[in-house]
Amino acid sequence: MAYVEMIRIRFLTMLAYRLNYFSGIFTYIIYTGGYYFLWSAVYANRTSLGGMTAGAMTTYLAVSWMTRSFYFNNLDREIADEIKSGAVAIQLIRPYNYLAGKLVSAMGEGLFRLLFWMIPGMAVAAFLFPVELPTSPATYGLWAFAGLMAFLVNALLNAVFGLLTFFLHNAQGLRWAKSLATDLLSGLFLPLHFYPDWLQVIIRWLPFQTISYLPNMIFTGGLRGHDAWAAIGLQAAWVVGLAALTWRLWLRARRYLVVQGG
Amino acid sequence: MKFYWDLFWSYIAQYAKGRLEYRADLLAGLITDVLYQSVAIIFLLVVFQQVPTLAGWRQEEVFFIYGYFLLPYAIFGALANGVWDFTDRYIIKGELDRLLLRPVNSLFQLILEGIELEPLMGLITGVAIMVWSGGALGLDWRWFDVPLMLLLTAGSTLVYMGIYLSLAAIGFWYDGRTGLLPLLWNVNNYGRYPTAIYNKALRILLSWIFPFAFVGFYPAAYFLRREAFLVWSLLTPVMGVAAFGVAVAIWRAGIKRYHGAGS
Repeated sequence: MAYVEMIRIRFLTMLAYRLNYFSGIFTYIIYTGGYYFLWSAVYANRTSLGGMTAGAMTTYLAVSWMTRSFYFNNLDREIADEIKSGAVAIQLIRPYNYLAGKLVSAMGEGLFRLLFWMIPGMAVAAFLFPVELPTSPATYGLWAFAGLMAFLVNALLNAVFGLLTFFLHNAQGLRWAKSLATDLLSGLFLPLHFYPDWLQVIIRWLPFQTISYLPNMIFTGGLRGHDAWAAIGLQAAWVVGLAALTWRLWLRARRYLVVQGG
Repeated sequence: MKFYWDLFWSYIAQYAKGRLEYRADLLAGLITDVLYQSVAIIFLLVVFQQVPTLAGWRQEEVFFIYGYFLLPYAIFGALANGVWDFTDRYIIKGELDRLLLRPVNSLFQLILEGIELEPLMGLITGVAIMVWSGGALGLDWRWFDVPLMLLLTAGSTLVYMGIYLSLAAIGFWYDGRTGLLPLLWNVNNYGRYPTAIYNKALRILLSWIFPFAFVGFYPAAYFLRREAFLVWSLLTPVMGVAAFGVAVAIWRAGIKRYHGAGS
């Protein structure tokens, strides 16, 4: 099966760079640490803020950054670069679907990031900072599922913004706006319920919260049982919606292809 | 000296001509630079909705420190490209040979070749934040504060240059992609908050080993009239010269043993 092979190849490519093994963990520990110290100072001698204890906040930050070490990829830039250079034309005559190929190689990278960065990174974070790991296996199960969905939402969102290059020729500004929106509105460095109410209303209608906030809240125990399932249901709805959008864009793009100076 | 000065302006002129060819890209670059600052600003705004002070520092004070932090950050950003690409472009691809053949200081050329002007937008953002937060705090400015700020900013920029140039110059000995630079890049952000929020080990690290406390917090504390940090604030230029001195020493030793990539 060609797609399984593509996952394997990307995984092995990541594996080839020895530096990759620890650089990811180190980088994400620096991120986690920065926000951990900031939030610790915010908590100071308070036990709870916005319904979260200091321990829950530390856990939120650790799981938030470590999950990002798993789902993050540059799919948008990869697609945009191939469109701009014209390499996409060669890819189109290959005997597999271009878009599916991109998504599965992102999965190969994600697999590497999961095994070499996220899992050991979480262990290091739990060692360095007072992280409160969940005790119930059900929480881990739900969170693993939500994490996978987060990966899909992020990858599809990247695919959408990468494909926009077909129509806009240089959509770099849009991609930057997207990555900024993802950082700010996904709940990466603070739980979204700390934002003012009007902003929370807007965020509820956007896909970003399903990438970070919802899985993190499942991990910290802020979303349990029925609420956790509702969150995963929302993620699934976004996966379906974004997949449909990606596919439509792709069908239109193929007809529209203009290789820029290829 | 005049020769180096003329050379500097020739590089700047060439750079500007090149960039102005692609105005849309230039504009996008400028806007994103400002947008990326907004992440930190929004974070601080949200945090101060919850609490009145952060480790004893008020919102306006923390913003002022951040505003100062943007000055050396912007200047270093404008000068850092050559340092950033050093191992890849100059050692592995062998472009250093070209620099060494010219009768001009190689380090000077390295920095000039990588110069970029867009990051300097950060100067405007930084000054704006300082003017606003300083005004809100009712800071009393004395006549020598402006030249002192220039001096401290120069010191902070040298701290940046010293740390990252030292890391880059390790490429002379270990010419693989060490990736030390990107690995340690994010540590610089630790310098823009009061050191009181960190534990002791991290405070020592940020003061003496990777002295990023000198690119934001320590120098800014002077203008906030925090007497407790006066010595630290005034140590900034010394630290800058020391850090840059170490980097230049490593660079010189590296140049001496450099024998080319053979390509």
